[in-house]
Amino acid sequence: MDIEKNIEKIRADFPILKRTMSNYPVDYLDNCATTLKPRQMIDTVVNYYTYLGANAHRGDYEMSAQVDFHYEEARKRTAQFIHAASEKEIVFTSGSTESLNILAMAITNQKLQEGDVVLSTQSEHASSVLPWLEAGESKGVEVRFIPLTPEGKVTVENFLSVLDEKVKVVAIAQVSNVLGYEAPVKEIARICREKGILTVIDGAQSVAHLPVDVQDLDIDFFVFSAHKMCGPTGIGVLWGRFALLEELTPVFFGGESNARFNRCGNLVLKKTPFKYESGTQPIEGALGMKAAMDYIDTIGKENIHKYELALKHHFLKRAEAELPRVKIYNPDAQSGIITFNVYDDGKLIFPQDVASFLNSRGIAVRSGEHCAKLLGEHIDVPGTVRASAYFYNTFEDIDRLVDALKDCTFTNCLDIFF
Amino acid sequence: MSGIDPKYLREIIMDHYQYPRNKTLKDSQEYDSRHMASESCIDDITVQAKIRNGIIEDADFDGIACTISTASTDILCELVKGKSIEQAREIIDNYRKMIDQKPYDEDILEEAVAFSTVGKQANRIKCATIGWNAMSEILDDQDHKGQEVEAHE
Repeated sequence: MDIEKNIEKIRADFPILKRTMSNYPVDYLDNCATTLKPRQMIDTVVNYYTYLGANAHRGDYEMSAQVDFHYEEARKRTAQFIHAASEKEIVFTSGSTESLNILAMAITNQKLQEGDVVLSTQSEHASSVLPWLEAGESKGVEVRFIPLTPEGKVTVENFLSVLDEKVKVVAIAQVSNVLGYEAPVKEIARICREKGILTVIDGAQSVAHLPVDVQDLDIDFFVFSAHKMCGPTGIGVLWGRFALLEELTPVFFGGESNARFNRCGNLVLKKTPFKYESGTQPIEGALGMKAAMDYIDTIGKENIHKYELALKHHFLKRAEAELPRVKIYNPDAQSGIITFNVYDDGKLIFPQDVASFLNSRGIAVRSGEHCAKLLGEHIDVPGTVRASAYFYNTFEDIDRLVDALKDCTFTNCLDIFF
Repeated sequence: MSGIDPKYLREIIMDHYQYPRNKTLKDSQEYDSRHMASESCIDDITVQAKIRNGIIEDADFDGIACTISTASTDILCELVKGKSIEQAREIIDNYRKMIDQKPYDEDILEEAVAFSTVGKQANRIKCATIGWNAMSEILDDQDHKGQEVEAHE
């Protein structure tokens, strides 16, 4: 679908775009934090509560059978969305963070030994670093960081510079949530495959924006959240190669994941992937996530990626001519993420002051460290402002951002408080 | 708020942000300090007070902080210096009332009235109170210290 030609039609699918913020039509540029939701997805979630209603995999009645059908269709759709070999490789979780925690705990406890190393990066989201630090601490597993280039990129060269025989896991994001650079996942995965190193890829910031083919990338695990791709909150995916999911024991136990158990502690788990899904899952979430995938694929991820880049280039072009006080940290990152700071009279305006000022013009951006607390040391500022575009944003949204940034001075940032 | 020109109030905040009078920590045992790191933003400040015989002889702070948290904490330090613990508590109490849009005594807040409408940006109230909460905790600790002394006596 040609997004630019169909933008009005697309925007009409997002009811929230009709609302205002600070008495302006909302200019939502915080899509890295979460995305807005199309009517089609919302209707699917509502339909579960107003019509389908039953639990999954439990009842012997028509309603229950209908839920089972839709729930397993969502699993098949998810497999197709990331080109997994089989729907048996799709585990539903509450999102990227839970997926990464499950993997860190299971892999550390069941596959790693004292002295082993997990490789991460300095630009990583807390959810991709902390689970490994926490899981590895008692076992003596070290988390080592791949150094970044001065611009903040992960490169194969830098990866090789910290690679040794101790490294057993590489856990990195496909796209950094702060700077938006894409890591060379396929090249790194090839080296890891040769050396028997497990690859755990955080797709939270990539899966909604880029075509993802987990088989082509030849990685071992891939995780993402539905809410960052027009789906509901509280649902996400842990994809793993079937043999690995079979080999690992889950971290959580309870109803639905077991097939049999008795008082002597003999437990027979269900087959993969069901052994990983203890308790009632967010069924409406799985159904809503499928609707979001349908929606995104109708537009086409290649079109989305191209359009986001066009929006970003529009910003960069105007910024170069009109925003001498704005320092952009990631002009060449191939994503819709623009990370910057504003200066007034040579002094940094604190990122949160900038974000509040933009709010007063109806523009939603994020300020701070963006959950990547190690990156601040790298770019040597206490934080940044991040504007992140998605396919429902318009060129006018970007123009409003540029126009507001022109007016962003110390005094105007303070005027919003009076 | 009283009819003070917002331009003047803005100047007060700007002045304390660009030229804070108390943004320097003293490396001395005589100071009690409290570190405050906001859970939701980058603000990460330490507030100090030198308290003797129930009087706040000196107060200062340092850290990474936005315009609002820097200026409000700097003004706080100015206000409580030389005051008794009770007087300082009254100032802090009135400041909190002002932020919550409740009746308050404008006179004892002096320049701090510049923050009377900070709630217009609801998520920034925490910036305007982070330093004040730190000072409040330091003062509360004084009570415990007093109790400990009494207990030993």
